Amino acid sequence: MAMTIHVDIVSAEAQIFSGLAEMVIAPAEKGEVGILPRHAPLLTTLRAGDIRVKINAQEEEIFYVSGGMLEVQPHKVTVLSDTALRAHDLDEEAALEAKQRAEQLLQNRQAAFDYAKAQAELAEAIAQLRAIEKLRKIKR
Amino acid sequence: MATGKEIRTKITSIKSTQKITKAMEMVAASKMRKAQERMAKSRPYADKIRAVIGHLAHAHPEYKHPYMMGREVSRVGVIIVSTDRGLCGGLNTNLFKVALQSMRKWQQSNIDMDLCTIGNKASLFFRRFGGNIVAQKSHLGDSPSLENLIGIVRVMLDNYDEKKIDQLYVVFNRFVNTMTQQPIIQQLLPIVADQPDERLAHHWDYLYEPNSQEVLDALLMRYIESLVYQSVVENLACEQASRMVAMKNASENAGDLIQELQLAYNKARQAAITQELSEIVGGAAAV
Repeated sequence: MAMTIHVDIVSAEAQIFSGLAEMVIAPAEKGEVGILPRHAPLLTTLRAGDIRVKINAQEEEIFYVSGGMLEVQPHKVTVLSDTALRAHDLDEEAALEAKQRAEQLLQNRQAAFDYAKAQAELAEAIAQLRAIEKLRKIKR
Repeated sequence: MATGKEIRTKITSIKSTQKITKAMEMVAASKMRKAQERMAKSRPYADKIRAVIGHLAHAHPEYKHPYMMGREVSRVGVIIVSTDRGLCGGLNTNLFKVALQSMRKWQQSNIDMDLCTIGNKASLFFRRFGGNIVAQKSHLGDSPSLENLIGIVRVMLDNYDEKKIDQLYVVFNRFVNTMTQQPIIQQLLPIVADQPDERLAHHWDYLYEPNSQEVLDALLMRYIESLVYQSVVENLACEQASRMVAMKNASENAGDLIQELQLAYNKARQAAITQELSEIVGGAAAV
């Protein structure tokens, strides 16, 4: 039997593939890499493209990734696939939006956190919850 | 004593409330199952990326990333994950209490805070009481995607890069089981590595492509994002579970109330009949 290597392909929102394979071919940042068992440890970013998993001489599975990370340990390959399209500009845009929302929210805020008020309100809410719990217990 | 008609209208109104709470309970139950599935689905990624980070902590890279190194703390960032909607018991209240305790400790040791809120409830709470909110996101819906979280995570990471904050925390509810949700605070930055793996104790390092700095930047950013995503998904499962329990209690309480009112109604009815009878009998005797 040929040597095999354990392959895991996951994305943040689902597990895509997990199993043994003879070889993995992935679109690394600087060109395609083919990974066989006992490859040296490698860490690289992935471009958009196909990941080919050769399970044995006949079988081959192909997965599309839009980008992500590839980690290789001598007996293990891990592909962390992105679910979202990533680009520096896009990320910046999203960050800007989040900031703007915060500013909108805070148009008439106090600068310092009012602990006394917040804690008083929380204490009251918790006391209410506790009272409800007790009431329920008594009824039982 | 209330008359029969008054009690009857009260009963009908409670019954209609009970219908609503029952419907909400069932909706929450089905949503909770889906949220739990989503939580389970996102776990492999979190586990894998944590393993990679663990390996990385034992490698001996020529480039040490700032995310992996602690520094003196003068300002912290806190991401607070809350729900968008209420009617879920004490879930948010307990969460804010935990957040507040830590914030108080920081304040006492003269550490400033930057807040980032996810979900409507946290935004409202911290707007009312002040606090420096630097980023905000709400209305993630029932199926939050990582894409929607990139922005706020980016804001916090930028702040860390620019040394505006020296530590980053996330506060969220951990899903223990349907009945128990535990609010916790977790440190994101600097990254705390897992227990050392003995097989990796020897001196080694990765090959990096294109170079270690770029690869580590990309990897660590994804790691933080995945942790935040995980906490959002977990908090969502907590929300639905908590709402289910709260609505179940509400329906039960409504049932009890109806029973009591029904009893009162029957008594009132009986009293009215008895009174009428005695009046008739009295009237007949007088004739």
